Amino acid sequence: MDNQPIIQVESLTKRFGDFSAVDAITFKVDKGEIFGFLGANGAGKTTAMKMLIGISNPTSGKAHVAGYDVFTQAESIKKSIGYMSQKFALYDDLTVKENITFFGGIYGLSGAQIKEKTALMIEELELHEVAHQLVGALPLGWKQKISFSVALLHNPKIVFLDEPTGGVDPITRRQFWEMIYKTAHNGTTVFVTTHYMDEAEYCDRVSIMVNGKIEALDTPKRLKEQFEVDSMNDVFLKLARG
Amino acid sequence: MKRFKGFVRKEFYHIFRDKRSLFILFGMPIAQILLFGFAITNEINNVDIAVLDHSRDATTGEIINKIAASKYFSINEFIERETDIESVFQKGKIKAVLNFEKNFSRNLIRDNTATIQIITDATDPNTANTISNYTSSILRNYQQELNRDIQLAYQVLPEIRMVYNPELKGVFMFVPGVMTIILMLVSAMMTSISITREKELGTMEILLVSPLKPVLIIIGKVVPYIFLSVINAIVIIVLSIFVFKMPIQGSLFLLGVESVLFIITSLSLGILISTISTTQQTAMMVSLMGLMLPTILLSGFIFPISSMPVPLQVISNIIPAKWFIVLLKGIMLKGVGIVYLWKETLLLFGMALFFIVVSVRKYKIRLE
Amino acid sequence: MSITLTNVSKSYGNLKANDNISFSVKEGELFGLIGPDGAGKTTLFRVLTTLLIADEGTATVARFDVVDDYKSIRNNVGYMPGRFSLYQDLTIEENLTFFATIFGTTIEENFDLIKDIYTQIEPFKNRRAGKLSGGMKQKLALCCALIHKPKVLFLDEPTTGVDPVSRKEFWEMLKRLQQKGITILVSTPYMDEAALCDRIALIQDGKILEIDAPQEIVKHYPKALYNVGADNMYKLIQSLKEYEHHYSVFPFGEFVHYADQRPDFNKGELQGFLEDYGLKHVHIEPISPTIEDTFMELAK
Repeated sequence: MDNQPIIQVESLTKRFGDFSAVDAITFKVDKGEIFGFLGANGAGKTTAMKMLIGISNPTSGKAHVAGYDVFTQAESIKKSIGYMSQKFALYDDLTVKENITFFGGIYGLSGAQIKEKTALMIEELELHEVAHQLVGALPLGWKQKISFSVALLHNPKIVFLDEPTGGVDPITRRQFWEMIYKTAHNGTTVFVTTHYMDEAEYCDRVSIMVNGKIEALDTPKRLKEQFEVDSMNDVFLKLARG
Repeated sequence: MKRFKGFVRKEFYHIFRDKRSLFILFGMPIAQILLFGFAITNEINNVDIAVLDHSRDATTGEIINKIAASKYFSINEFIERETDIESVFQKGKIKAVLNFEKNFSRNLIRDNTATIQIITDATDPNTANTISNYTSSILRNYQQELNRDIQLAYQVLPEIRMVYNPELKGVFMFVPGVMTIILMLVSAMMTSISITREKELGTMEILLVSPLKPVLIIIGKVVPYIFLSVINAIVIIVLSIFVFKMPIQGSLFLLGVESVLFIITSLSLGILISTISTTQQTAMMVSLMGLMLPTILLSGFIFPISSMPVPLQVISNIIPAKWFIVLLKGIMLKGVGIVYLWKETLLLFGMALFFIVVSVRKYKIRLE
Repeated sequence: MSITLTNVSKSYGNLKANDNISFSVKEGELFGLIGPDGAGKTTLFRVLTTLLIADEGTATVARFDVVDDYKSIRNNVGYMPGRFSLYQDLTIEENLTFFATIFGTTIEENFDLIKDIYTQIEPFKNRRAGKLSGGMKQKLALCCALIHKPKVLFLDEPTTGVDPVSRKEFWEMLKRLQQKGITILVSTPYMDEAALCDRIALIQDGKILEIDAPQEIVKHYPKALYNVGADNMYKLIQSLKEYEHHYSVFPFGEFVHYADQRPDFNKGELQGFLEDYGLKHVHIEPISPTIEDTFMELAK
């Protein structure tokens, strides 16, 4: 049972009129994997991700996330996953603690659980001094780390990260990825999209979408071998430029 | 000049490509006029009433027929007992009950007096008042007929003439008010939203870092809305004349001039609002709460200023709309000329000047 | 000098966005302002484009003072603020015509300047800007900023949020523009783009860390740097951090950039340590520091 892929997608399609934003993509993600979901703007990444997290209805195809069907069990999917959006989705005018309490409540955690998690988070991210500060006043890197932890509050099986490191300084970016590694190490699957090609190298496997289709899907190492280049950046350039 | 024309052309593109703005600019004025003209009225028509006739004789019969015949009332129910009155009101349809006492004819002939009780549902006091007034006047009429051949020693006969609006048409009161509100809406609110939209989208930055003089930016924003306000004003006047048969007694030219003056005042208010708003939402909120609401309540549009407490009367003097409504009513309904309206005109002109100066001063050529 | 800044400081309340910034940009130079979000890049741009007045210090653009001669600056520069501020409901052609008119010129007059860029979006010239992809919006915004042949071009994070292919194409366009004699000041958070500039200024938390040509800046890295690879990235990072002589440990793609505290670092010793830790396929080789390494070092 545990060998079942945590995400299984078969010919998943999303059409708007006669335009196929996502065109029959097929792939699977195993438990505990760090899966990189890459593609240019407009390639269909965001549309595909929205279907997987249960907020958009597919036009056709099949997909199962955390064992649930995206067509019929979208609500159950939402309960089993964590999601961190590009804009970091924290309330700027609430304090760090208040944000954690709020999201904890939304995810159905009890008061005691929220307290425990809050203490844990403050300890791990070293937020002692800023726990009572408004999130809006914090630097971007901190917001990002808090947002990631918040997405994990309810111990989801998979966490979806939508361009989580945009604009942040290089040191914080790496600290963030260390957090991702730790999470995956603990058994949580990480599904991440990014524009930083060096981050693509951190993933176990990477898929690259071009015009709604998946044009490449493999480990970074094998992709580089396949395209005879040294970096994921060059793999991307070769694929997109043709 | 070419720069300016290019800018104004862009503004027109924005306006005509935004379906929502178009709806507000053209749909709303027409909808409002029709609404106020046809649907909302202080008059009563076919109001449902009930009759409790304890006598059921010839006289009560005549009176009841008279009332039934009038277009104001529609006799919906005949009730039998006093105890039914409460329940018939509670059902909600009946707005008044006429209660004829027992032995009506006999009392009238023998004692020269008979009583009719008019019970009205005063949860809507205005309508209740109107009902009792109309009923009383019908009864008075009947009385006069009864007493036609009897000469009283002294009579004071009130002769009532409703000047300027003989048919007491509510629409005559609403048209000036609605016109004022529409002009204010288009000129102030739409202008302020348009300017703040540039700020919100970030395109204002590019406009500032360009040879386009900041003052031309404001004027360019404002020019399309002057056109549109004028068109709206014309549409409203045309509708009033042809659909509601409201005559324009005074000079159309004067009407035009005063309207333009008011439009300019509203535009400067719009610019002023944009200088204190960073987002379109704020601009809209400030326009609605800070401008429209006080205007509707305190300008004399719906509620007569003279009936307000003195402090509010004082405040109403600084609302440009108040003076414009006075001017509109004067020109449209009374047909007076500038000779009688120069005071209000001067006041409006002064306000326009004041707001222009303040808004230009507050308009920032930098980002903070 | 095309652009000069002398002791410029600017604060928002308690936050010092620009802290005593001084540097200059030569005519015809492609100068990069490199730093993450919140470093102060946008504030600096706004001071230079006369949209904000600095609290302290002076600045000139094309020899005009940013405060006294702001009008002359506004007539002569091209500015592309972040977020590609274009009119979403106007078409490509209408946007371009508008900006050309505002600057008192026509599309035809300086067409040669924007030709390479424009031909890529020309097939869509009747499409509304709101319906364009990120890469196309970027190209349109660049055309609009160039249409009047400015002497100085200010580009505030023009490649943020855009895919690597479009980013590459954009920088190629910038290089070609530079050959036409335009001074370009561009800000970006992407360190790999820094290498394409003539000179760069590394900025973090309102302060300038270092200014130099890209090849020279990396010489500021104080230690010898090594690529370390193994079969498990997470384990590798953990183990290196536990190695008592480590100076810096940062993942870079499939390797970790490692610097040791000691000048007489012994590869073999580290290799042994890592293999004891359980790592396989351990691989250590010296490398030259990149701009990103240097940035992180200076920002510490």
